Amino acid sequence: MKQLDELLADHPLFADLGDDMRRVLAGCGRNEHFGAGNYLFRTGDPAARCYVVRHGRVALELVDAGGRPVVVDTVDPGGIAGLSWLVPPYRWYLDARALESTSAIALDASCLRAKCDADPAIGYLLMQRIAREMYGRMQSARLRMLDIYGAPVDH
Amino acid sequence: MTTDLLDRSAGTDALVPRPFVVRRRIRETSDTTTLLLEPVDRTGLEFEPGQFTMIGRPGFGEVPISISGDSARPGMLEHTVRAVGDASAAIARTRRGDTLLVRGPYGRGWDVEAAAGHDVLVVAGGIGLAPLRPVVLDVLARRDLFRRAFLVVGSRTPDQLLYPRQMEQWRGRFDVDVDVTVDAADAGWRGHVGVVTDRLPRLDLDPLSTFAFLCGPEVMMRVTADALCALGVPAAQVRVSMERNMKCGVGMCGHCQLRELFVCLDGPVFGYDVVQRLMTEPEL
Repeated sequence: MKQLDELLADHPLFADLGDDMRRVLAGCGRNEHFGAGNYLFRTGDPAARCYVVRHGRVALELVDAGGRPVVVDTVDPGGIAGLSWLVPPYRWYLDARALESTSAIALDASCLRAKCDADPAIGYLLMQRIAREMYGRMQSARLRMLDIYGAPVDH
Repeated sequence: MTTDLLDRSAGTDALVPRPFVVRRRIRETSDTTTLLLEPVDRTGLEFEPGQFTMIGRPGFGEVPISISGDSARPGMLEHTVRAVGDASAAIARTRRGDTLLVRGPYGRGWDVEAAAGHDVLVVAGGIGLAPLRPVVLDVLARRDLFRRAFLVVGSRTPDQLLYPRQMEQWRGRFDVDVDVTVDAADAGWRGHVGVVTDRLPRLDLDPLSTFAFLCGPEVMMRVTADALCALGVPAAQVRVSMERNMKCGVGMCGHCQLRELFVCLDGPVFGYDVVQRLMTEPEL
């Protein structure tokens, strides 16, 4: 059975980190599994963990003006579900629901932040990777803001 | 210049419309309809995937529409029409038995043959799946000629996806990887939410051996083509279908001119190496 640092090595965001750094990060982690329909986290809860998705698919949901949940993003293996653990006040601003059986490495956010503070080299490398993820999400959101496929035409 | 254009154009016969009868209409989405048209004179309309025709409904005008059917079945012309203006709405409203006037086919197509021996990646956004459907049908019909085949489809919402039944059939095949992503969805959607470029990393492309065919809104094609080039796919192996205000269809009227190019004649399909520069110029 693989250790957590070996599982992190399989994840594209952490694959090119050194073994030592992965071992340090893995010290904050544990494996978690979510059945289809189960929530990884809910809006307003403390953002206490960073979920590194290994298998399955996670829907990130907001509630629209009519009170209906809308899936605004999905996270597949190789992604990170939720980034609110990184920024004060460390509370989730959306729901994350497993669309299918999903496995993730849950990294304790306080532990991660403490290790980044203690060793800025680790912090910098980790933030580079998180920034890449955030940049991709921002680009995706901006493109979708353009509504490029167009609203249906009324007749 | 004029002589050159006349030489390159399809000749005056190509300007004469032929009557086609609507044999079947399929409502794809709330504003998009696929029409199956049969030529009155029973002479099939041979075409290359990616070519378009000018379709007219008397009294409403004429619009350029890409052919969305199977190039191996020229006896039944298929067009998928999104009602966005008076003419396209009038065409989309036609009923079985109505007659439409068709000129063409026009333009340069996808040149699917060039992808033989390569991996084929088809990326479609919204109504852009219509001009690419003949590519998918052609590749699947001659599957042995190509290596891996990928189809990535982007849509505004799940209910705006075109050809849902056919997409299910394609998903059921083991020799093509079909991936659908939408901009947003309700909680019942099990698929991906995001943009088409999100789906490229999982394909594990072999860049130098990949031929990509892209069609959709221009910004979608540009970011997808740039993402593919960043992965190492040569720009000349990335094809895009440009949409401009085509009127005559034969490079004479100049309505669709894009700098030195006539989209109706030199395109609508271009290598990204040819149009990359033009796609970033504002208001061109």
